[in-house]
Amino acid sequence: MADERKIRVLIAKPGLDGHDRGAKVVARSLRDAGMEVIYTGLHQTPEMIVSTAIQEDVDAVGMSIMSGAHNVLMPAVVDGLKKKGADDIVVFGGGIIPDDDMESLEQKGIKGLFTPGTSTETIISWVRENVKPR
Amino acid sequence: MPPESKPERLPRFSTISDKEIPRLTTPEDLGDFDYAAKLGAPGEYPFTRGVQETMYRGRLWTMRQFAGFGTPEDTNQRYRYLLDQGQTGLSVAFHYPTLMGYDSDHPRSLGEVGKCGVAVDSLRDMEVLFDSIPLDQVTTSMTINGPAGILLAMYIVVAEKQGVSADKIGGTIQNDILKEYIAQKSWIFPPRPSMRIITDILAYCTGNVPRWNTISISGYHIREAGSTAAQELAFTIADGIGYVQAGVEAGLDVDAFAPRLSFFFNAHSDFFEEIAKYRAARRMWARIMKERFKAKSDKSLKLRFHTQTAGCSLTAQQPTNNVVRTALQALSAVLGGTQSLHTNSLDETLALPTEEAVTVALRTQQIIADETGVANNIDPLAGSYFVEWLTDQLEAEALAYIKKIDDLGGIVRAIELGFPQKEIGDAAYRYQCQLEKEEKIIVGVNRYQMKEEIPIPILKIDEEVERLQVKNLQEVRKKRDETRAQAELKKIEEAAHEGGNLMACFVDAVREYCTLGEIIGVLRGVFGEHKDPGML
Repeated sequence: MADERKIRVLIAKPGLDGHDRGAKVVARSLRDAGMEVIYTGLHQTPEMIVSTAIQEDVDAVGMSIMSGAHNVLMPAVVDGLKKKGADDIVVFGGGIIPDDDMESLEQKGIKGLFTPGTSTETIISWVRENVKPR
Repeated sequence: MPPESKPERLPRFSTISDKEIPRLTTPEDLGDFDYAAKLGAPGEYPFTRGVQETMYRGRLWTMRQFAGFGTPEDTNQRYRYLLDQGQTGLSVAFHYPTLMGYDSDHPRSLGEVGKCGVAVDSLRDMEVLFDSIPLDQVTTSMTINGPAGILLAMYIVVAEKQGVSADKIGGTIQNDILKEYIAQKSWIFPPRPSMRIITDILAYCTGNVPRWNTISISGYHIREAGSTAAQELAFTIADGIGYVQAGVEAGLDVDAFAPRLSFFFNAHSDFFEEIAKYRAARRMWARIMKERFKAKSDKSLKLRFHTQTAGCSLTAQQPTNNVVRTALQALSAVLGGTQSLHTNSLDETLALPTEEAVTVALRTQQIIADETGVANNIDPLAGSYFVEWLTDQLEAEALAYIKKIDDLGGIVRAIELGFPQKEIGDAAYRYQCQLEKEEKIIVGVNRYQMKEEIPIPILKIDEEVERLQVKNLQEVRKKRDETRAQAELKKIEEAAHEGGNLMACFVDAVREYCTLGEIIGVLRGVFGEHKDPGML
């Protein structure tokens, strides 16, 4: 029997902002925790992220946004996945996200949101609990 | 090793950059310390003690808060408020579409308009931004890189309309594209055409805008991306070498343009490491300009710099503690001899600052200037065994990196190979691992946490801003002389192909209300776009 497939995660940087320190640290931590991680690089549109997620057959998409455009860009990825029939891909995110925006983002299908100061251990545990190989 | 009867509280003491620190430094650590060669008097080569003879006894550093949000109308109000509060210079934060060369009505701007800075699409917006602010009396710094020449062109025309000629305006454009590839990642074109635009700006400003700082060679973003202090120093100076080399290769006289290069460093939390970094930077630059580039004018040898306290050191947890962090960081910048300073506001891990928060940040500088007495004496830490030792250490580490970059074929090649990017990414990951093992401490995050956080008010950008900005932009396009605007865009395309000075074309084009997105669009067509290789 083959081993259980590893969790595959796409770490994505939507929008125009160039702050990739957090995204890269999280990507490396998930990889060091034994997951398969694909990183989109910067300046992705929601359409690009949806298409990479499907092409790479990932189990989850984690988005990082520092520019304040999270209310528009994060739900656009959730909607895009739904339209392509890939709404079983778990979507989570992080960045500079005010408390007031958290609830509406969660309602729109962003399942986990991580703000500054979160340890990578917390994110790794959350992914293990909430994402299963599809 | 400490004696067994006097145990120490840690197995190893190190800076935030993980540089090991000895228990005590003594004269022996300094070897043959030659005062004149290593330090010199303030205002004299190698400028370790400061670039001016009188430093803060002559004039305090410029208090320059980086600000921009919403529409140009919103930000103009904030500028006028800050000037009323005793701020002495302006610093413009543009929103992401401007930084990346898109107009506010471009599909890629959706959700970003006015969020991370002020929206500027055309000359109309710059006219509003500086309304009732006399441009012959303030200096303005603009954090703009790929489109830097276009924003400077707009500033020149706004000043002209106020009756202030280009030779009378003063300020800075960041225009440091090399550190965009390394760290800040707001690039548009590939490295080589970007360097060509920069040499066009150097040539134009040397003749026409002589008081303008044409490049602010920036370590700030390198540090924010996770570098160590020595890496920040090394990659910044290496970028500086790259620009001077490009200017010389374009046929410019080094002493004609080098005096208008300025620098921008981070003030992070490790107090003495930061002070040593600024002192080492001045000494390194002076020697490099003199020995490597044979500069003759003292002005070419002087490293003048702006400082911003470290955004990445601020915490969302117990945010009032950020006031204290910022104050200590700002103190290191002043003791390190900065020429201008931005102090972060306590709420900046959560949003752009409120008026109340930015007032505390500005007051922090005023307290350092007027109450602490640290500005009474020049370079007061000189001669400290520890500070001089650490200054030497940072210089040596940075010079080793510069040697490595030279061996790779210079900074542009090193960037193409991903060398500085990889070094910074590794340092950022190492620091995160040290935090999680509690080898490094952040108060309120991995020690002294509180269960209940006290919420603070934050600034919100109304979604209405986007609609309003797009409406104003469309009116500009409707009202302008379309034939003349199109003719200017055509001239830019020709200059881009044939090698005419682009900066001169930008001035003519913005005067006809060609938008930033239109001008960049033409250049994208000629030069192509840089794409993130997405390396981990």
